[in-house]
Amino acid sequence: MREEQLVIKMNTDFFILLKPELSLTFIIFILLIIKVSDGMNKNSSIIHLANFLLLINFLLGFIGNATGTLFSDMYHTNGLIALEKNILNFGTLIISLQAYEWLKNHKHVIEFYILLLTTLLGMFFMVSSGNFLMFFLGLELASIPLAAIVNFDLEKIKSSEAAVKMILSSAFASCIMLFGISLIYGTSGTLNFAELPTLITNNPLQILALIFVFTGFAFKLSAVPFHLWTADVYEGAPVPVTAYLSVISKAAMVFVFISVLNPLFQNVQNVWYNMLFLTIVLTITIGNLFAIRQNNIKRFLAFSSISQVGFILLGISSGTTMGVSASVYFLIVYIFSNLGAFGVIALVAAQTEKENISDFKGFYKNNKTLSWIITIALFSLAGIPPTAGFFGKMFLVTAGASKGNYVLIIIAVLNMVVSLYYYLRVVKAIFVDENESPIEKIESNLYSKIALYICMAGIIFTGFASVLYDYINSLM
Amino acid sequence: MTNLSILVIFPLLTTFAILFCRNVTQIKWTALIGSLLQLTIASLLMYSYYGERAAGNTAQMLFEARYSWYSAMNIEYYVGVDGISVIMIMLTAFVVTCGILISWKIETLTKEFFFLLLLLSVGAYGFFISLDLFTMFFFLELAVIPKFLLIAIWGSGKKEYSAMKLALMLMGGSALVLIGLLATYFNTDMGGGVHTWDLLKIAHMHIPYETQLFIFPFLFVGFGVFTALFPFHTWVPDGHSSAPTAASMFLAGISMKLGGYGCLRVATYLMPEAAQHYSWIIVLLATIAIIYGAFATLMQKDLKYINAYSSVSHCGFILLGIGMLTKTALIGAVMQMVSHGLMTALFFGAIGMIYERTHTRQIKELGGLLKTIPFLSSVFIIAGLCSLGLPGFSGFVSEMVVFVGAWQQPDAFHRIATILAAASIVVTAVYILRAAGSAIMGPIKNEHFNHLKDATWNEKMASVLLIFAILSIGLAPFWLINIISPDTQIIMENIARGAIGN
Repeated sequence: MREEQLVIKMNTDFFILLKPELSLTFIIFILLIIKVSDGMNKNSSIIHLANFLLLINFLLGFIGNATGTLFSDMYHTNGLIALEKNILNFGTLIISLQAYEWLKNHKHVIEFYILLLTTLLGMFFMVSSGNFLMFFLGLELASIPLAAIVNFDLEKIKSSEAAVKMILSSAFASCIMLFGISLIYGTSGTLNFAELPTLITNNPLQILALIFVFTGFAFKLSAVPFHLWTADVYEGAPVPVTAYLSVISKAAMVFVFISVLNPLFQNVQNVWYNMLFLTIVLTITIGNLFAIRQNNIKRFLAFSSISQVGFILLGISSGTTMGVSASVYFLIVYIFSNLGAFGVIALVAAQTEKENISDFKGFYKNNKTLSWIITIALFSLAGIPPTAGFFGKMFLVTAGASKGNYVLIIIAVLNMVVSLYYYLRVVKAIFVDENESPIEKIESNLYSKIALYICMAGIIFTGFASVLYDYINSLM
Repeated sequence: MTNLSILVIFPLLTTFAILFCRNVTQIKWTALIGSLLQLTIASLLMYSYYGERAAGNTAQMLFEARYSWYSAMNIEYYVGVDGISVIMIMLTAFVVTCGILISWKIETLTKEFFFLLLLLSVGAYGFFISLDLFTMFFFLELAVIPKFLLIAIWGSGKKEYSAMKLALMLMGGSALVLIGLLATYFNTDMGGGVHTWDLLKIAHMHIPYETQLFIFPFLFVGFGVFTALFPFHTWVPDGHSSAPTAASMFLAGISMKLGGYGCLRVATYLMPEAAQHYSWIIVLLATIAIIYGAFATLMQKDLKYINAYSSVSHCGFILLGIGMLTKTALIGAVMQMVSHGLMTALFFGAIGMIYERTHTRQIKELGGLLKTIPFLSSVFIIAGLCSLGLPGFSGFVSEMVVFVGAWQQPDAFHRIATILAAASIVVTAVYILRAAGSAIMGPIKNEHFNHLKDATWNEKMASVLLIFAILSIGLAPFWLINIISPDTQIIMENIARGAIGN
């Protein structure tokens, strides 16, 4: 009798704790069934359905979240992790809304969604992992389908090139990370996150393991000097996929990084702090310097996102809860801002095939609203008040400064000025530069309008209103 | 009029109202009425400030309001005013109103223009009322980016270069300020590892001497960039001369004062010992700026460049006053901020109005304007005379107070600096009189000048408002000194306490 009760309780736990993953799996199955049964032929109705399901999935993320572990500590979840998954869900929904213009004439819409959601599922497992094995499983589940959707402009050579680069570099990074994980297992005898913190000490092999794991993360986060794949992949991939890469997959990696770096390697904080210090300086500076030279707007955003990652790492480097909440908060703001910019670029790219900054000269003449949206989004990325980006950057820098390392802060803050230069360059192209044949009026569909307005609202209000930050802080 | 937040909320509402306007006339009138009401609000604030002080309220800050904002980092929306802030708010209100009046003829992208102009003023008002360092920094940065767009879109000449230079240098300045503020924040202790951004609380904490020495340069140089601290003044000539008239007025009249106010209120007030330690450098740089600015102006042929370079020189007096660290000199510095703000706004306004008619700003192409456009020419001459420090105008009083205050420092170094700075006034007289002489007086150089139309109602109103303010300081400076004096006293006490502490 008691055993039976236990089984039932286990089962309800299973459904409650695993709710985000189950709901995603459910959507994937629905789409698969539709595909197999050849039930829907019209692209637009598939996209409507997918958007609707994603919306439900996003809303479901807010109800009935619980704290607990499953599969003998392999999987764990709590309020913060639930929030992180909501953030990822939200970003995916916005990207799906923005992809309408590109997908409506595409031959393989269902496959796109299935692959997209599979990577998202992988990220969910990764974020929730309580064990390096689960983490690695999630990581692979997240990266392999991603390479497939990078190649989703099937007839473009650049797209395939990007996919190959992506899969090779990501396999390489996985290898390195796996090697690090094996060293951890070899020295400590466990892969469980709960047991590891006390077992990891100044042991040279474990330091080596830290270096490998750190490198793997740096690859995935495209931190300098492991960033070389980023720009090519971003340039080759279709715009919505680029947006997904730069926002969702980055965010997921950061979430895991937060829960791995400081919690597991507390005892060797001075070691990883120095590594992180160097990485931050390189990432921010080199990301900025390369961003200045770009003309393709996707490459430009690729390098700018590299430097943004540097700032996130700056927040993480503090190793405090303040750093964690600042990073999570910044990622939300970053999703709003980056997707605001990508949304406009996706519309322009889908209708005119123009992707260069010089093409945007005189953009304001025919597209007033879109110009303001991309401008505000870029200002938010640059950290200009009153946008939320200002608060995000400020909190990251404040968290970073709590260590009292002013060399790092001075470098970071001066880089904010450099970054302002290239963001303003785009703004200048839009508003000031003369162009004989500026981009014609872009017709935006309802979905992209909704997505862009949500992003704008997010950029403008999440900064002023401290509610969101306070909420994140309350989850610590 | 005890709710200070209305000073920020009202212009913000005006900017939103502008977004919903349908045509150019509506936009302009909304902006004008909004700014006039704001001027009224500012006047009421000053009136009730007087009332409170007369009633014997000796609190350091009046009309305080405090709301928790980001409680995890102890960030508050904390506002309050003392005499210095009240005066700066009045200055802002005057310059904004006149700037809007003078931009009456803006035809390209009118809505965007007034939107950005008013957004800029929101930043300035917010900055002057903030007592929380984070909030203050927020408003400081808010006042930077609109300038970029204002210059880049509506400017003239090499506007893109100037706009970018200005934006980057000012952001660089605020980046330095940010480093200073963060260092300050983490060196405060409220007990239990809790830090604070509260300006008044920090002023009463004793930050260690060495730490102050580290922080002060960041804060002072950062704010100094805004107020043309030598050698970070290079954005001033380019930025001012490329900007549209109203933006030049805002830049010189308000933005540069953000820096001066910050140097005084944040850098000097919070780091009194470091201020003393570094004061000789400030004095040195300020003297260089004064002399260099004056001589550089001599070489200029463009009216806007003349005023821009002379701004470098005049803002040098603000920094000189702060660097001297005597009570009188500090009063002089604040007076110079107000006086320079009004005078330079009038000057840029006059130049802009003349340029609009003659389409040239080159002195040698102008001439005889007094015969055809007497009103504008008189305004130009009045602004010029105020700039060279003719008694009766605000320039004379404020520079005089700075010199008297500076002379109170008895050693040779400060005396020499004071003498050099005072001597630069002669150079000022040369360039101002030369410009006025050949551009305004003399024979009419161009046929087309005969058909120029004199000032319209809006231009007259703007000029009269500014001249009224200049004269009310120049003829009766005591009300201004009385309102500033107690607050400079507080800053001086902090400095003196720091000196005893060592």
